[in-house]
Amino acid sequence: MAEFETYEHDVLVIGAGGAGLRAAIEASAGGASVGVVTRSLLGKAHTVMAEGGIAASLANVDERDNWKVHFADTMRGGQYVNNPRMAQLHAQESPARVHELEAWGALFDRTRDGRILQRNFGGHAYPRLAHVGDRTGLEIIRTLQDHGIHRGIEFYMEWTIIRLLKDGDRIAGAIGYDRERGRFKIFRAAAVILATGGIGRIYKITSNSWECIGDGLALAYHAGAALQDTEFLQFHPTGMVWPPSIRGALVTEGVRGEGGILVNKEGRRFMFDDIPPEYKDQTADSPDEGWRYTQGDRNARRPPDLLTRDHVARRIVQQVREGHGSPHGGVFLDISWIKEKIPNAAEHIKRKLPNMYQQFKQLADIDITREPMEVGPTTHYMMGGVRVDSDTQMSNVAGLFAAGECAAGLHGANRLGGNSLSDLLVFGKRAGEYAARYAAEHPAGRLDSSEVEAAARGALEGFERTNGENPYQVQADLQKMMQDLVGIVRRQDEMEQALERLGQLRSRAERVSVTGNREYNPGWHTALDLPNMLIVAEAVARAALERKESRGAHFRDDYPKKDSAFGAVNTLVRRGPDGQMRVETAPLRPMADELRQIIEEMK
Amino acid sequence: MSEATFRIWRGDSQSGGYQDYRTEVSPGMVVLDAVHDIQAHQAPDLAVRWNCKAGHCGSCSAEINGSPRLMCMTRLNQLPLDKPVTIEPMRSFPLIRDLVTNVSWNYRVKKLIKPFKPRQPDAPDGTWRVDQGDADRVQEFRKCIECFLCQDVCHVLREHHLQDQFIGPRFFVYVAALEMHPLDAEDRLAELRQTQGLGYCNITKCCTKVCPESIAITDNAIIPLKERVVDQFYDPLTRLFRILRPSSREAQQDLSASG
Repeated sequence: MAEFETYEHDVLVIGAGGAGLRAAIEASAGGASVGVVTRSLLGKAHTVMAEGGIAASLANVDERDNWKVHFADTMRGGQYVNNPRMAQLHAQESPARVHELEAWGALFDRTRDGRILQRNFGGHAYPRLAHVGDRTGLEIIRTLQDHGIHRGIEFYMEWTIIRLLKDGDRIAGAIGYDRERGRFKIFRAAAVILATGGIGRIYKITSNSWECIGDGLALAYHAGAALQDTEFLQFHPTGMVWPPSIRGALVTEGVRGEGGILVNKEGRRFMFDDIPPEYKDQTADSPDEGWRYTQGDRNARRPPDLLTRDHVARRIVQQVREGHGSPHGGVFLDISWIKEKIPNAAEHIKRKLPNMYQQFKQLADIDITREPMEVGPTTHYMMGGVRVDSDTQMSNVAGLFAAGECAAGLHGANRLGGNSLSDLLVFGKRAGEYAARYAAEHPAGRLDSSEVEAAARGALEGFERTNGENPYQVQADLQKMMQDLVGIVRRQDEMEQALERLGQLRSRAERVSVTGNREYNPGWHTALDLPNMLIVAEAVARAALERKESRGAHFRDDYPKKDSAFGAVNTLVRRGPDGQMRVETAPLRPMADELRQIIEEMK
Repeated sequence: MSEATFRIWRGDSQSGGYQDYRTEVSPGMVVLDAVHDIQAHQAPDLAVRWNCKAGHCGSCSAEINGSPRLMCMTRLNQLPLDKPVTIEPMRSFPLIRDLVTNVSWNYRVKKLIKPFKPRQPDAPDGTWRVDQGDADRVQEFRKCIECFLCQDVCHVLREHHLQDQFIGPRFFVYVAALEMHPLDAEDRLAELRQTQGLGYCNITKCCTKVCPESIAITDNAIIPLKERVVDQFYDPLTRLFRILRPSSREAQQDLSASG
């Protein structure tokens, strides 16, 4: 191993979005030497894209809010297959995490009396999302970044990890390369925290940035960790649909929170037509009541436009299929109509939704203060991921932790808007704390040089092939295939076909050739990403086949109803001894009586 | 569907040159789409840095037909397509390869600036009270996506290469956000004057013009910082002089002209 530079840390964090940075800060505070590897520059991770806000029951706007209501909302949104202990910790600890951000310099929008302002969001009973206009993610990642750079943490920018390394059953480090020079680097670490985010880029239409390929899931899978609930993939109901080049870009739920309405091409508010029974009592009867809700009337109930994302996304798909869609295959989202209700509506919209205003103006020639937007579902968020312990965030592999989107459990079958940013902070902190503790108790393991050399050799194979496949083409074909066959509405035969196609894509990925040299070569990087993307795609398809019911974000055309037997289990995916992917189910994590009671009371 | 030519800088720190690529142009397309098309079909090793492709992350900064811009927010229909569209890396930073530059200097500079230090909490529960009006001023600066286009265009860095004496517009905005933060209790004015080179800025507003977030960098960040430095550091005679002058901004202009 003398040929590769080796770096030693107690805790290695992979990923520098909200979860990775929060984990690094905590691990460092716990006395650990911490290294953070990020595929991009610092501050560019996908957290920067989060718009609407961070959910925490601060009760600044409505004093009826508290952790119990937030817990019950999260469980209801997740259709009760969440890890209840994680939902509890999340609801209890998110207010402290938000206040802590303020102490580190974050500047949220304010109430009239100067406290942190909170806004309404789908599935949350009370105004709960602390926010900064529609750029909350930027505020959070910048705050963590600017705080983190003064904590003695080592940042490795534009480096990519290709393999986790083990010493027997426990984690011992990782091997990766720096993108700039293409040189392999070894990390020796007693504990590794995966904070690699989502998987949206295995689909064609997505709100996710290029980094969201699920490589953390693939790294964990190869290291022997179980993945959980990978069938639960959230399609956000409102992505841009036109122009084609921007298709999938997110239109924040905050538009609906501020009074925006969904209408079909006949101008009908179709969301009023079909309200799920479990939300009937909480949903407005009339457009007027819905409007009053968005304007803070505490006696009004939320408009159906703000029902959970899974439901809204499916309703939009249905409208389009039945011929009620907009010209480019979506529906209309209209915020401009509020000029009928309030003076200076255009200024109000620009102040509340500045990014949305700019995004449509610059990229679609649409002035959202004057005309409706066209929107449709876009692949947005992976509820599943690495199966972790609720309190420590450690996986079944000793020393391997996961936090944020790449971990599973908190969100169950569907995530509520605003719960991801709080997830990052609550469980990022926990992962950092327990990883530092683990590292203090366990001296670093030994690295296996043959494992290192095999990984490095494998990574260079593409350069030796000539006239092989183009990696970008294989990637594009994978994205289209997943979009077509394992999308928002799923069927047995289509998913079986997807598995077959994945087999073909795997053989093609093994034959890609790479041109040029190792220095900042995106073609090479794409070739290295492919095997990981294929693992993740297979995990999604296999788990989706296993769950023969419809629940939350997972909708089966052939099993359109919920099934209580599946409502009692999580799906698990892991690598079998023969190297093949195995899928099974496991009973839900047990729920404490106290929590069960809260759910009953809030039903 | 029509075609357009893109004249892209290819090369590394040793050597390089422009190379022309033709690709199809579809409605709504941005420059970054064209670069991706070229990468996928003609030049798989074309180096380009990008992330969100929606103007939120500030990764894909480049010089398009000579102006510093985000590739993801530059629509092709805003450019003349009857001649080649030139795409070059940012000139003020060392080249890594093709369109990717080494911007690590910016990260080192930020670390030298004193971090946020909040005053004691206002309420017994450890929280603060902030007026939205006070927050607004700082929130404008906190919109910054760190694309470093303002650093790229600033002549103090671009032509005079004063990287070791001047932190650049991005970090004046950063210091302004800290100094004007309603909760911050730190003082950063001495180093602004002594080691961070605030005086080198002669407010030509090039930075403001290229900011994709439309932050009024010069008017709202740099000039108020210059005024604060003047207030804190200049002797009573100068202060008296300033009182007799119509506006402190003019006093500052004299100052920067002489410095």
